[in-house]
Amino acid sequence: MAKTQPKAPQGLSQDGLVQIYKDMLVARLLDERMWTLNRIGKAPFVISCQGQEASQVGWSAALRPDDVVVPYYRDLGVAIQRGMTVAELMLAFFGKEGDPNSNGRQMPGHFGCKRLNMVSGSSVVIVQMLHAVGVAYAMKMRGQDRVAAVAFGEGSTAGGDFHEALNWASIYRLPVLFVCENNGYAISVPQHREMAIENVSDRAGAYDMAGVTVDGNDVLAVYEAALEAVERGRRGEGATLLELKTYRVVPHSSDDDDRVYRSREEVEAWKGRDPIARYRQTLTEMGLWDEGRDQAFRTETQSEIEAAVTAAEAAPFPDAKDALRFVYAEEGQN
Amino acid sequence: MPVRNMIDSIRDAIDVAMAEDERVLVLGEDVGVRGGVFQATKGLLEKYGEQRVIDSPLAESSIVGVAIGMALEGLHPIAEIQFADFILPAVNQIISEAAKMRYRSYNDYSAPIVIRAPFGGGVHGGLYHSQSNETIFMHCPGLKMVIPSTPYDAKGLLLSAIADPDPVMFYEHKRLYRLIKEEVPDGRYTVPIGQAKVVRPGRDLTIVSYGLMVHFALEAASALAAAGVEAEVIDLRTLVPLDQDTVLSSVRKTKRAMVVYEANRTMGPGAEVAALIAEQALFDLDAPVGRVAGLDIPAMPYNHVQEEFFLPSPDKIAKAAQELVAS
Ligand SMILES: Cc1ncc(C[n+]2csc(CCOP(=O)(O)OP(=O)(O)O)c2C)c(N)n1
Ligand SMILES: [Mg+2]
Repeated sequence: MAKTQPKAPQGLSQDGLVQIYKDMLVARLLDERMWTLNRIGKAPFVISCQGQEASQVGWSAALRPDDVVVPYYRDLGVAIQRGMTVAELMLAFFGKEGDPNSNGRQMPGHFGCKRLNMVSGSSVVIVQMLHAVGVAYAMKMRGQDRVAAVAFGEGSTAGGDFHEALNWASIYRLPVLFVCENNGYAISVPQHREMAIENVSDRAGAYDMAGVTVDGNDVLAVYEAALEAVERGRRGEGATLLELKTYRVVPHSSDDDDRVYRSREEVEAWKGRDPIARYRQTLTEMGLWDEGRDQAFRTETQSEIEAAVTAAEAAPFPDAKDALRFVYAEEGQN
Repeated sequence: MPVRNMIDSIRDAIDVAMAEDERVLVLGEDVGVRGGVFQATKGLLEKYGEQRVIDSPLAESSIVGVAIGMALEGLHPIAEIQFADFILPAVNQIISEAAKMRYRSYNDYSAPIVIRAPFGGGVHGGLYHSQSNETIFMHCPGLKMVIPSTPYDAKGLLLSAIADPDPVMFYEHKRLYRLIKEEVPDGRYTVPIGQAKVVRPGRDLTIVSYGLMVHFALEAASALAAAGVEAEVIDLRTLVPLDQDTVLSSVRKTKRAMVVYEANRTMGPGAEVAALIAEQALFDLDAPVGRVAGLDIPAMPYNHVQEEFFLPSPDKIAKAAQELVAS
């Protein structure tokens, strides 16, 4: 059956297109491995990106390394796209010495690493939006063409900092990409109990700001929308509220039981819209990927993950007394 | 040498810092054209422009949250909270974010911001323009808490706070803004964070205090001296980190101690000072540690009878000191 060949978005080379797929797949495989490690009692906690890989890798890929990203706890795909290694993420997962996010201080999923221009986040939802606004203010004040991008869930947009951040960003026309990863639930609470509207991006109009909703499981659509928003920011035309409609196909975290608030049919239906399988199909149609390469890359990634698990398990925990460091700057540091 | 009141010395400190370093900026409600409701930023807009003197939207969480973001990109923001009473919407940003940024990122990131807030009562400010809520932030490692009591210290401490690599809460007692004047040098000088000061030497008891209460304690000490009691008065100047040595060496000498503060008595700063003395100098004491503090009611009433009833005063301090010395 003849089909029109999918078109690559501007600014993405063939390697770039393939890299997006690889980042999505690494995120998925790593996440799955974390769950099994949790379930066999080797680690206390997982919070998952599964189902949201296209959203995460898609928006992150639209940024430059010198831009600043402010991810939220679900953004494993962003951490990987920015360049955090599987080995580093495994150290973080086990809370071990050498975890570049927090040296084992924070729960898994709390990404942050200056080397990657990725700002450290807390567990508290929505507060990070204001940090991105401040970062963008500094960029604009210095006349730079950089942007700040910040991600958050749709449930969290009920909080006041959401409004305060959009308001600031619009008053000063700041180069911010606000990314709402809308997976339809805030733990157990469905979207219609979080807000009365269909699209979070509709709120952008109240701030005289661009608001865009795209299919968050279509990675190229996400990339294109994010790139357009980022370029708008670079041109000095202000912020964008980008909403990515997606779904998390696993429970909220390893401590959640999603059977009490959503049907298996619903979950299965979304699994059928898997963003990774979908993009693999696209790449295959473009002639950039095939079954053989897929198998080889999976095998390679699995062994990278296993090596990371072995190394992280063997790695020491931080010294108890290391907990006393960096409450404040240390002597001679500024 | 110029003579300045506290509000002038605070403005002068900000001016000095902004002139020296273009990374320093101020943001807050009415800090621009109006120059701040207490005039702490008067004239700065004309001098440094809108980008660095920002009339923020009326939303405290954003004032601090945006300041944190600016600091992450290398700026040194001074955030003004119009009244300490209204800092509560920003507490999440201060405690969850600013205080923990360095710690949670294992030193990758930090949030060197200064948060200035006018606090304290005795100004007919009623429940919501009189509070002394500094205790909230003393319970949060990662923050520093500075409270000057004189124009000279205010400028020197504020310049230290702006240069500090970590978030500093800078509480300014409203009644001190124009109460006293003293010689305050032009240009840069600093008073180090973390050093208390013995502002009156004495041998019979130690009165530990900060902010407006230092001046009340000094008045009480003069009255006590007339009655033959020599009180040593300590101005803490910095609540976090607390200068334990200055407090303890004074108490070891006088053998009696009293803490005077305007915050609610229970779990207030005085509780920590009393615990410190109990832990480190109990056997040097001739009497239990005393506290003269704000009442344990939700806030200070507006009418002056109840306002005075709420607040420590020189008389109340002197009376409590007499009792302590007699015990
Ligand atoms: C201020 C705050 N309140 C409550 C929580 C607990 N909590 C963590 S995630 C979450 C749901 C967030 O839902 P959403 O914003 O839609 O993001 P999602 O997890 O679905 O990606 C809640 C209630 C929190 N972390 N922070
Ligand atoms: Mg959600």
